Amino acid sequence: MSNVTMTVNGKTVSGSVEGRTLLVEFIRNDLHLTGTHVGCDTSQCGACAIHVDGKLVKACTMFALEANGAEVSTIEGQANDDGSLNVIQQAFKDHHGLQCGFCTPGMVMAASALLKANPKPSELEIREHLEGNICRCTGYHNIVKAILAASGQDVSSIAAE
Amino acid sequence: MPKDSGIGAATRRREDARFLLGSGLYSDDISFLNQTYAVFVRSEVANGIIKTVDTSKAEKMPGVVTVFTGEDFVDVGGNPAGWLINSRNGEPMKEPKRPVLAHGKVRHVGDAYAAVIAETEQQARDAAEKINADIEELPAVIDMASALCGSNFVHNEIGTNQCYDWGWIEDNREATDNAIKNAHHVTTLELVNNRLVPNAMEPRCSIADYHSANDGYTLYTTSQNPHLTRLLISAFVLGIPENKLTVVSPDVGGGFGSKIYHYGEEALVLAAAKRIKRPVRWTATRSESFMTDAHGRDHVTKIELALDKDNNFLAFRTETMANVGAYLSNFSTVTPTILHGTLMAGNYAVPNVYVNVKTVFTNTAPVDAYRGAGRPEATYSLERVIDKAATELGLDPTNLRRQNFIKSDQFPYVTAAGLNYDVGDYDAVMDRLEHNADLKGFAKRRKKSEAKGKLRGLGINSYIEACGIAPSNLIGTLGARVGLYDAATIRVNATGNISVMVGAHSHGQGHETAFPQIVADLLGVDPRNVEIVHGDTSKIPFGMGTYGSRSLAVCGSAIVKGVEKIISKGKKIAAHMMETTHDKVDFDEGVFSVRGTNKTVSFGDVALKAYIPHDFPIEDIEPGLEETAFYDPQNFTYPAGAYACEVEVDPDTGQVTIESFTAADDFGNIINPMIVEGQVHGGLAQGIGQALLEGCVYDGDGQLISASYMDYTMPRAADLPSFIVDHTVRTPSTDNPLGVKGCGEAGAIGSPPTVVNAVVDALRSADHDITHIDMPLTPERVWAAMNN
Repeated sequence: MSNVTMTVNGKTVSGSVEGRTLLVEFIRNDLHLTGTHVGCDTSQCGACAIHVDGKLVKACTMFALEANGAEVSTIEGQANDDGSLNVIQQAFKDHHGLQCGFCTPGMVMAASALLKANPKPSELEIREHLEGNICRCTGYHNIVKAILAASGQDVSSIAAE
Repeated sequence: MPKDSGIGAATRRREDARFLLGSGLYSDDISFLNQTYAVFVRSEVANGIIKTVDTSKAEKMPGVVTVFTGEDFVDVGGNPAGWLINSRNGEPMKEPKRPVLAHGKVRHVGDAYAAVIAETEQQARDAAEKINADIEELPAVIDMASALCGSNFVHNEIGTNQCYDWGWIEDNREATDNAIKNAHHVTTLELVNNRLVPNAMEPRCSIADYHSANDGYTLYTTSQNPHLTRLLISAFVLGIPENKLTVVSPDVGGGFGSKIYHYGEEALVLAAAKRIKRPVRWTATRSESFMTDAHGRDHVTKIELALDKDNNFLAFRTETMANVGAYLSNFSTVTPTILHGTLMAGNYAVPNVYVNVKTVFTNTAPVDAYRGAGRPEATYSLERVIDKAATELGLDPTNLRRQNFIKSDQFPYVTAAGLNYDVGDYDAVMDRLEHNADLKGFAKRRKKSEAKGKLRGLGINSYIEACGIAPSNLIGTLGARVGLYDAATIRVNATGNISVMVGAHSHGQGHETAFPQIVADLLGVDPRNVEIVHGDTSKIPFGMGTYGSRSLAVCGSAIVKGVEKIISKGKKIAAHMMETTHDKVDFDEGVFSVRGTNKTVSFGDVALKAYIPHDFPIEDIEPGLEETAFYDPQNFTYPAGAYACEVEVDPDTGQVTIESFTAADDFGNIINPMIVEGQVHGGLAQGIGQALLEGCVYDGDGQLISASYMDYTMPRAADLPSFIVDHTVRTPSTDNPLGVKGCGEAGAIGSPPTVVNAVVDALRSADHDITHIDMPLTPERVWAAMNN
């Protein structure tokens, strides 16, 4: 067992982990931040997407020890300071961009990374950016629409509701 | 009550905030002090005799608490099939036992034969690797046709691989044969409905907690129907009295059918929790989901369509082999039969229908209902053979369908497949489709595609489906071993707000938003004052859960009946308060009034009075304002629609892209159009996935070679277009008080043939003499079809 320390959603946290403990396991089991989900074991589904040092990362692709000293941000750290939904989260709600909610935290984290890098993405750019995030419920239609809306763009070209 | 939030309003979902903030509570998010972890040891071969299972090394591994093998469950019951299907000769289906853990034989890759319980998941995993099993591998039974004529049996004790040989409707067989024999034209098509893996994004998870003090249990599990799961465990498998077992299904991350069924892992964690007197948890890896969640579809079918000289349909005759896998999952026997055969008249006024289904055991994972369940298989067969007939006869496929539609003035219409369609207007839906998809502009768009070297195709489809399977007294005669009603308890609290406990379970469908819209509308209260409680057998009445697009039509109707009882009792209380008789009291928009007077009393005051009954005539009125209603529908509901898809095919690579997808559906009355559209979008994605991307493949040895997201292609965002959907044609169901139909499965039912029709059309535009390609239409398959 080794000690690991990192900043998660602005708070310094530490723990004792095995070498094989994945970052997502540390986040869920040790920190009890269960908003980050595990949907596969091959790093394909994106339900565990978080930000590590500002970059979009699947938390199942890193060992917890690799994140020693890193700045980690999860879905629990995304709301506005008053606890209300941030712009992306609100857009997902307004445009019905989620159903069962299981892939949603990863989608929100992926969307947030996209909009930081590309504040006005096209529909195609959004679809391609979501290559690493699988949703089985929505057919992506309303996720794409929500991200477009969150970027302040007109969504009327995406069929009306 | 605000008019923008009742029935028909696109109310934003109240469940969203917790999911968006990361504070949802899925089963795997629950943990207990002192909990232990279960890891299953699963067969690596498809068929084998278990000679010995040596657990001695595993038991000595660090952290191991206990170990189970199939021996431990020899004396408990099997996981049963929920529907008895008889063969054409009257013999009942074969029902081999499905044990908690395999004993004597393993029958598919992933079949669990042992389980280790340890202090940590890693310790359990490490110990599981030390279990030394001597399993003699046998040749696998994989191909259905070979399975039916061979002597290698998945279950030796039944002496056959055929579960049943079912005919529907047997009395129609001769007339159908004659109609085909004497027809002007017969189109024949052989096709495969590809095997799929449901792939809810949340893997299955079960956690058992045993309470020594009262010999009771709580099971947290990813179920679409907690009461049904409890019943199966209690009455058939472990014999735990229902009153000693609470089943909780909290937030559930998608189901699509795969979480209807009781699985052995649930029984294992319960038995383990009792043995070690500690909580025991198990969460599937995605690999386990691929190997052990019930799969879907997997039919091999020959269908014939007979037409007269005027292109009127005379008969559909179908022969299908349906794969049931190694064991009977709970609804595996009804899915390829009742849910498939009864839909084989489609939207058409066809006088003769006959369906023969042989269901086959193989050394593969169990196959059961997956989004659509039998109805996608029916629609695919019908809508592909109709397109092929149009091609052979040189007819416009849309006009051929329209000519044979059941017309709007013919309802109610009893089809040749035995269903009574209550209402519909298929031409009106097709009109909407033709308009929205701009079918007239297709020729121009085809030219544009051709100019850039692509082949463009247009596919059209009509579908009908049957939702909210019912009534119980009818399905009982068809072999159902359960009733298919649902239930709701309306509890008006003393302060006037309302808790509604429902049998339906929401795992993405938005019940927490849509159900309050109904209650609020009927009672004239603010929907924010109505809360839905679901997913906990200790809190909700005995309902049958959510699947088959039944929640609104069946449970929603139970809510309506419950609210009617509340109003009826409320009138008695109001009459007492206003010193009149209840038959003189009216109720409207949250206010009770005495007819012909200006006397009124509010709903809230009546609620308060119900709980503070100081001056009640208690011989006439019981205190409290809480009512339960069970609702058993009179009939299925019959959503129907028409879909159009345009594809481009790259003639060099065979790559297919969806250029547009348009759906027009008739769902009857709509409670929340935003949720309805979301349901259609998701169904379309799954159907397009089936058509182009998804295929579950076992090799000849029974190895599952599509067992991860690297090998099984899930639809990604860039594989799909934005959809054009429409639900403006609304013929309200005449069989439930809300006039609603189901919308959850429509997209997955109607879209596969639409896509395949479009691809075939594209290829034919370049003079390829192709009338069919089996799904999924991968670039390889399309290229091969063009180049062979």
